[in-house]
Amino acid sequence: IQVLRDSKEEPQLLPKESVQDMAKDVTYICPYIGALRGTLTVTNYRLFFKCMDREPAFVLDLPLGVVSRVEKIGGASSRGEVSYGLVCKDIRNLRFAHKQMEDSLRKSIFEILMKFAFPVSNGLTIFAFEYGQVYPENVWKVYDAQAEYKRQGLPNESWRITKVNDHYELCDTYPSTLVVPVNIPDEELKRVAAFRAKGRIPVLSWIHPESQATVIRCSQPMVGVNGKRSKDDEKYLQTIMDANAQSHKLFIFDARPSVNAAANKMKGGGYESEDAYQNAELVFLDIHNIHVMRESLRKLKEVVYPNIEESHWFSNLESTHWLEHIKLILAGALRIADKVESGKTSVVVHCSDGWDRTAQLTSLAMVMLDGHYRTIRGFQVLLEKEWLSFGHRFQLRIGHGDKNHTDADRSPVFLQFIDCVWQMTRQFPAAFEFNEYFLITILDHLYSCLFGTFMCNSEQQRVKEELPKKTVSLWAYINSQPEEFTNPLYVNYSNHVLFPVVSMRHLELWVGYYIRWNPRMRPQEPVHQRYKELLAKRAELQKRVEELQREVTNRSASSSSERAGSPTRSITPVQTFV
Amino acid sequence: MLSSLGSVGGKSAKPSFVSYVTPEEIKSEKEPSRKEKHPDLLPGEVVFCSASTVLKYTQDDLSQRGVFGALLCTNFRVSFVSDEAPTEEMVRTLFKNKLYGENDIPLSCVDNIYGDKRKLITGGLVKNKYPSKIIIHCKDLRVFQFSLSFSKEEDAKKIFQGIVHHCLEPKSLRCLFAFSYCENTSYPGSYSYCREHLRKKQTVMFDSVEDWTQDMKRTKGNCRVVSENSNFELSPKLPQYFIVPTNVSDEDLTKYQGKGLPMWCWSHHSGCALFKTASIPLVQEDNVCCRMLTAVAHNHLYSVKTEDLSDTLPTVQDILLSYNKFKQFFLIDNTTEFWMSDMKWFSSLDNCGWLDIIRQCLQKAVEVVESLEKENTNVLIMEEGGSDLCCVVSSLVQLMLDPYYRTLLGFQSLVQKEWVAGGHAFLDRSNHLHLKDKVESQSPVFLLFLECVWQLQQQHGPAFQFSETYLTVLSDSVHVPVFTTFLFNNDSHRDSLLRAESPHTQRSPLNCPTVWDWSVQFDCKAQDLFTNPLYTEKPKQDTSVRKSYRPRHLRQLSLPSSAFKTPPKKGFFKDEADNLKKILGVKRLSRWMLSPSSDSPQTSSSVREFYEAWQTKPLDYHGLLLPCLDGPSIRVWMQRYLRWIHDVQILGGGPVAMLSKVSEILGEVQELQRQLDRHGCTLTSNHKGARPRAKTAAAVIAARSSVRLSSSFPFVTSRNWSFKPAIPTSLLQSLMVTGIPGNLADREDDGGPESLV
Repeated sequence: IQVLRDSKEEPQLLPKESVQDMAKDVTYICPYIGALRGTLTVTNYRLFFKCMDREPAFVLDLPLGVVSRVEKIGGASSRGEVSYGLVCKDIRNLRFAHKQMEDSLRKSIFEILMKFAFPVSNGLTIFAFEYGQVYPENVWKVYDAQAEYKRQGLPNESWRITKVNDHYELCDTYPSTLVVPVNIPDEELKRVAAFRAKGRIPVLSWIHPESQATVIRCSQPMVGVNGKRSKDDEKYLQTIMDANAQSHKLFIFDARPSVNAAANKMKGGGYESEDAYQNAELVFLDIHNIHVMRESLRKLKEVVYPNIEESHWFSNLESTHWLEHIKLILAGALRIADKVESGKTSVVVHCSDGWDRTAQLTSLAMVMLDGHYRTIRGFQVLLEKEWLSFGHRFQLRIGHGDKNHTDADRSPVFLQFIDCVWQMTRQFPAAFEFNEYFLITILDHLYSCLFGTFMCNSEQQRVKEELPKKTVSLWAYINSQPEEFTNPLYVNYSNHVLFPVVSMRHLELWVGYYIRWNPRMRPQEPVHQRYKELLAKRAELQKRVEELQREVTNRSASSSSERAGSPTRSITPVQTFV
Repeated sequence: MLSSLGSVGGKSAKPSFVSYVTPEEIKSEKEPSRKEKHPDLLPGEVVFCSASTVLKYTQDDLSQRGVFGALLCTNFRVSFVSDEAPTEEMVRTLFKNKLYGENDIPLSCVDNIYGDKRKLITGGLVKNKYPSKIIIHCKDLRVFQFSLSFSKEEDAKKIFQGIVHHCLEPKSLRCLFAFSYCENTSYPGSYSYCREHLRKKQTVMFDSVEDWTQDMKRTKGNCRVVSENSNFELSPKLPQYFIVPTNVSDEDLTKYQGKGLPMWCWSHHSGCALFKTASIPLVQEDNVCCRMLTAVAHNHLYSVKTEDLSDTLPTVQDILLSYNKFKQFFLIDNTTEFWMSDMKWFSSLDNCGWLDIIRQCLQKAVEVVESLEKENTNVLIMEEGGSDLCCVVSSLVQLMLDPYYRTLLGFQSLVQKEWVAGGHAFLDRSNHLHLKDKVESQSPVFLLFLECVWQLQQQHGPAFQFSETYLTVLSDSVHVPVFTTFLFNNDSHRDSLLRAESPHTQRSPLNCPTVWDWSVQFDCKAQDLFTNPLYTEKPKQDTSVRKSYRPRHLRQLSLPSSAFKTPPKKGFFKDEADNLKKILGVKRLSRWMLSPSSDSPQTSSSVREFYEAWQTKPLDYHGLLLPCLDGPSIRVWMQRYLRWIHDVQILGGGPVAMLSKVSEILGEVQELQRQLDRHGCTLTSNHKGARPRAKTAAAVIAARSSVRLSSSFPFVTSRNWSFKPAIPTSLLQSLMVTGIPGNLADREDDGGPESLV
């Protein structure tokens, strides 16, 4: 995964990675440096371009999974060159040119590239299923639903763990392990499932350790134009409310704008009427749908790549609405966290199907409420739980290995969530165990197709595809070198709740991710470099103190006068880092 | 009883707020104790008028909260003294300013006063009417709201008139509080003691020949120190002491009151130097300008680049207009309004242009740096007056090139050199005196400079010894009329006034503190927050080595080699100078003197290249620093502008969370060093020298739990704030996502029937 600085023109291959084609004299038209001539290599995992004319050699190394589409630009030019454009999922476009093949029978390297960039469309397997790297830890076990619920103190007198969905019969997009109220038998759950879109019944995501207020997630009720009601569903929500003795109210957060929620009635969906659900208060959070978000990201890419227009930067940024969406998502999560923490009230969160906006909201609220999710391991658990096990449709939203780049199901829902987390790390620089590089690494491997973690759409599919057996987990890679991903300034606040400020004044564009390809925006010194050095300094001193203490003890014991062993190596002062 | 409290001036008095005490209670209980309700007056401070039962309130969507107390107007401040006994915690505020408290507004700090219906108040009473409430916007961005409805009519009238009179109406400089303060304070002993004190602390004041000589020697400059103006015989507009190129004749010193005279700012190690000048009026048909350029060019390699800042940078009026728009985003007296404006925050930022002005100044400074560093030419910057943008650009250039100015004392010396001795008209630019004829000259030029410094500091934190808090406090101090630093227009102005006002006219001038004596405002612990714990101190061994004069860029000059040998009396150089004079005539000066063909677009792209070339090199915090100027890199100075706004305080977060952790680690490292020492580990003297520094690191913070601090640290403590998040109130008004093609917003998440899975 690391860029290699050797003199070879080909990349160092991963296990099971094989070179598919190689072409010399390919021109990469870099938007920052200009045209670069070098050798292009395509493997079943990556595109690798190396230009030896520069010192140090220029290297472009990207997993084919980030390629969203490949297009031939124009016909052959007068010089007999053809040009190809690669649109990437990670906010960049690449442009190459090379000589037209003399031998028209031979396939161009870009045709080879297209084949391996879109394995699903070409009947090939995604590289994650071939990658054979062995990591010290079998981290497909990083998330164990039972263990996580146990950490939260579940089951308890009000909540039980049910196996009703063990074979994904109640709901095929839900995990097998669900937490439901004690008083509701599995039979009733099935009747509730009939009233909730895709059978995604209200289940517990998180419980407050003190107040017992809960975060519940589900899909929209199937109210329809006639305002259908379900006694079972009403009773069910009442039971959820009753499980929390602290409050006689229940908040239902519908992530959608009210207009959209109402429009869903036409398709049989809708929202809970306050007549039917006594003591429940319904709040719309005005977060837009996946299509609006996709369009917003497209505009953002236009504004930041390849170059930033210096004048009107902020107006241009505003016109993308990207940060407005981020603000609304954060604001929604904040309201949820506030109701649970300050109001001691249980909340029910849903959107339409409960796998996009709902996942964003519950997981962000949980990051605010529970310090465990701000650790490296805890965050992995959060993703495995709220996103993967509860059926955020990664395959569909990202389109792994699928050439159909115009698919309306693609949307940067998960990217928005990671962006929101990044905004929180900016506001609370000491509250997260992980650093910015951790978040960027997750996003990079969201697209890379190297690890099995983000494959498939649901737990059921993952079990069926035997992902844990056939692929490697991203967490295995990350947990094999945690120091890379650790925030040196982390202070364990334990049970401290974080309420971020969701004003535009405190939101900013994540330059380190969206504008990272622009060399002008790259910091010369890695952000945390100095803190790391400080910590290294402390570790060194600690070691020296221990050594000396040991020596002192030894000496007093043996009263030997041999001084030669004492470390006289001078210590550099704390301040002289550079 | 109620009638005397409630309606005043015939109407008003709609108490729509919730208060802790009812007016009746106040009336009965607090009236007798009225005398006690004075703040601790400073020496020389006199109360002009006061009113009791004034309500100070804040407003937000959910509630209006207020507290009753007395409102006073003194010759120093407007002060609100709460009827409630201060809690113990309030007394022990960490970052307490000794001169004024959180409910005090120094008179010069008042920006605007608004009355009922947000009407801007410009003068005193009209027909005996006074508003039922007043809103005071301060120059340090605090906002105060007072209701006068419960006060006695007579008192209310008086206090309103007093505040308006003393805050808004013209006054003489002698009325500024500094004079009565200094006459009445023993601070800090004798004048000479004070000077000696500052000397020890090494802020160079640049009020003596030695200071200037010293600075020139330090930078290996080779110019002439002029001391002939020590009693302002040459011109009152010129500084008392200054430096000019060696070739400037005595005769030229006296011409045009110093206009056109190239004043030395700083010498680059290559030998070239930066000069600034007030541009000469166009009518002058003398060849003084030519002679001056020749003199500058003579300093190094006969090359000089001139840069007329009036042509390329905004005017002082532009700066004021832009800042006036910008500051409105932060003067919040109503949270609903705040959240409404949040939606359009980014485009509003763009529209006011303030960040763009900052960018332009930094960019200009980078251009000058490039000329000095890369081309090794002398640079002469000029503008009308020569003491506004010239000061901004020359100080920024020096900050970027010279690490000495990035230390706390170095920075203070820089401000003394370029701004105070350099004759920036602080008094006119701040218009403390509210003189009608000076309204035009008001402009936050010094603040603009601090903004630029803040940008540099944000981008290259470890290169600066001083902290963000230091800059914020410095920007506030401009409006505290106690320090001689900011009260005058130039040296002679300062000198004449301090002498005239001295009680011992014959002996010594009035002894006023400068802003650099921070102990006047803050105790030692608070001053700890002025230093940056992550500052990279210069490795000791390098200090002595300075690169000597290296004429290595000869080939870059389009100058025949013979020109280097012959003095520029005649021949090529003279022609060029003539040529330049013509250019001068049409006020187009941003050109190379030696290659007048290049024009500004090229300069701009060359600046880009210059930055990129610098960026690829390893970063040296003690070498050249350049700012990134691309869109997202120029940011809003959050601490200064957002510190008073409750809704945007990040509780438990903000930069202080990082600072406290760093301080903690530093503390641990020191403790370990001490343990090593105890164990008799041999340490070189080097380390002993480096150790004490970290003690200064904000150990104050580490002691507290950073969970309880907020992003407005250290200006506001979160003690009286509820730990409740600010929920944007306009959220439910829904955002209007405009420009979404088609009907994306109305579509179903799963792409409609065609892609149902």
